[in-house]
Amino acid sequence: MYSKTVLERFQNPKNAGSMHGANAVGQVGNAACGDIMKMYLKINDNGVIENAKFKTFGCCAAIASTDIACDLIKGKTIDEALKVTNKDVVSLLGELPAHKIHCSILAEESIRAAIENYYKKKEKELKKANKQN
Amino acid sequence: MDRKIYLDNASTTYVSNEVLNEMLPCFNTIYGNAGSLHSFGRSSVAVLDKARDRIKEAINAKKSSEIYFTSGGTEADNWAVIGIAHAYANKGKHIITSQIEHHAVLNACHYLEKEGYQVTYLPVDETGLVNITELLHAIKKGTTLISIMAVNNEVGTIQNIKTIAKIAHDYDVVFHSDAVQAIGNLNINVQDMEIDALSISGHKIHGPKGVGALYVKSGVKIDPITFGGDSQERGKRAGTENVAGIAGLGKAVETACRNQALTSRKLKSTRDYFVEKLSEKVEYFQINGHKHQKSNAILNVSFYGVEGESLLMLLDLAGICVSTSSACTSKSLLPSHVLKAMKVPDEIAQGSIRFSFGINTSKSDIDYVVEEIRKAINKLRAISPVQPGRF
Repeated sequence: MYSKTVLERFQNPKNAGSMHGANAVGQVGNAACGDIMKMYLKINDNGVIENAKFKTFGCCAAIASTDIACDLIKGKTIDEALKVTNKDVVSLLGELPAHKIHCSILAEESIRAAIENYYKKKEKELKKANKQN
Repeated sequence: MDRKIYLDNASTTYVSNEVLNEMLPCFNTIYGNAGSLHSFGRSSVAVLDKARDRIKEAINAKKSSEIYFTSGGTEADNWAVIGIAHAYANKGKHIITSQIEHHAVLNACHYLEKEGYQVTYLPVDETGLVNITELLHAIKKGTTLISIMAVNNEVGTIQNIKTIAKIAHDYDVVFHSDAVQAIGNLNINVQDMEIDALSISGHKIHGPKGVGALYVKSGVKIDPITFGGDSQERGKRAGTENVAGIAGLGKAVETACRNQALTSRKLKSTRDYFVEKLSEKVEYFQINGHKHQKSNAILNVSFYGVEGESLLMLLDLAGICVSTSSACTSKSLLPSHVLKAMKVPDEIAQGSIRFSFGINTSKSDIDYVVEEIRKAINKLRAISPVQPGRF
């Protein structure tokens, strides 16, 4: 049912775990559908994603998808990361069963959620700075 | 990993040697069509008669002619629900079942709804028991059938079948029970339990796949749902009889019922040992289903903070075969309808695994399984954003 890559990534995810010093955290999904994904990013001042890690409650496909998503955005700028889609995730995984495609979509959404969280934090910081000025 | 441990006996079982030996001659020696008048046909009829007699004895039916062979538990359930509803359509078009039935019953009910029937799906309590008061409230003029399973296939809860049957008869309603998971685990006596129709499957009890039976008490009306030769199964179930399968089914039911008390005791000690070891080695889990009133063969466990399918896959990689009770492996992504009806919260339901033990499951198997569960759980919890302690 699952490709070799999915099983390999599920068993030995490279990017699993939380991150110390993450400045962007996004969470998507819910328990009713069976998947919750949390993405941690460290974005530097130049807007480059230096590191990406994840924690996922979900099936093999969900865990493998988030792991691949982290690989796909590491070293990229925010703009480049926002261009990553679920199709990129699926193509790196080899293939996903039709009813598991939503896992790759959630992985894509988790990237966006983390970046959104990053911008929100930035906005707050700016407002704070403006007030002080 | 060479070790293989099969803890999915509620899905299916291996065919036992005694069943296989009963079947083998029917493939190339006794191969006549049971509908033929010649000696080859008559030999096959004799095989069918023997199997019918064995099942009649095993479940204490009054007559062998009350046993009809089908292609399995699903067909038996479909036929009982649709066939009985149709046969009593003049009297009314309301039937009652529960929310935790097998889909073979539930989807047959959905089919009837499309035909204009009204169906009440009774709720269950958190242990999986059908609420008897709700049942009494649901019965009305025009109710013709109550269908409640004897043993639930996901959590193992045993329903109060005799009570429900008595209530049905008080109101002159036919009572059907899906006993696919009950045969061999529970003493089934259709006369004592006042059951009007009962579904049986072969492959859950070391019989072959693709064969089952429906017991229909004489006097209870049922319309056919298969159409073909008029002579087969007394005009009720068309199709050339699966003689080898039926021979195997007869032997499997006979053996399962004969050994039922012994098997249950053995499975209880296996299950109790499993729970004891699991409690020693793993934190944060709950056992779903009734505490005492349940099948010894099935144990449904929710592990907090992990999702069932990923746990299943890690166990599979260690040679352990179990099943998730969540529907995540199927195309539906919703948690199990049974756990939902039992009001188990979604994120707990998603982490549930059904272990179903066999007569050959040893204590050393359990030790190995529990150790592998511990490892898998630790691995998955380490990467889960859901904290198990907060449930």
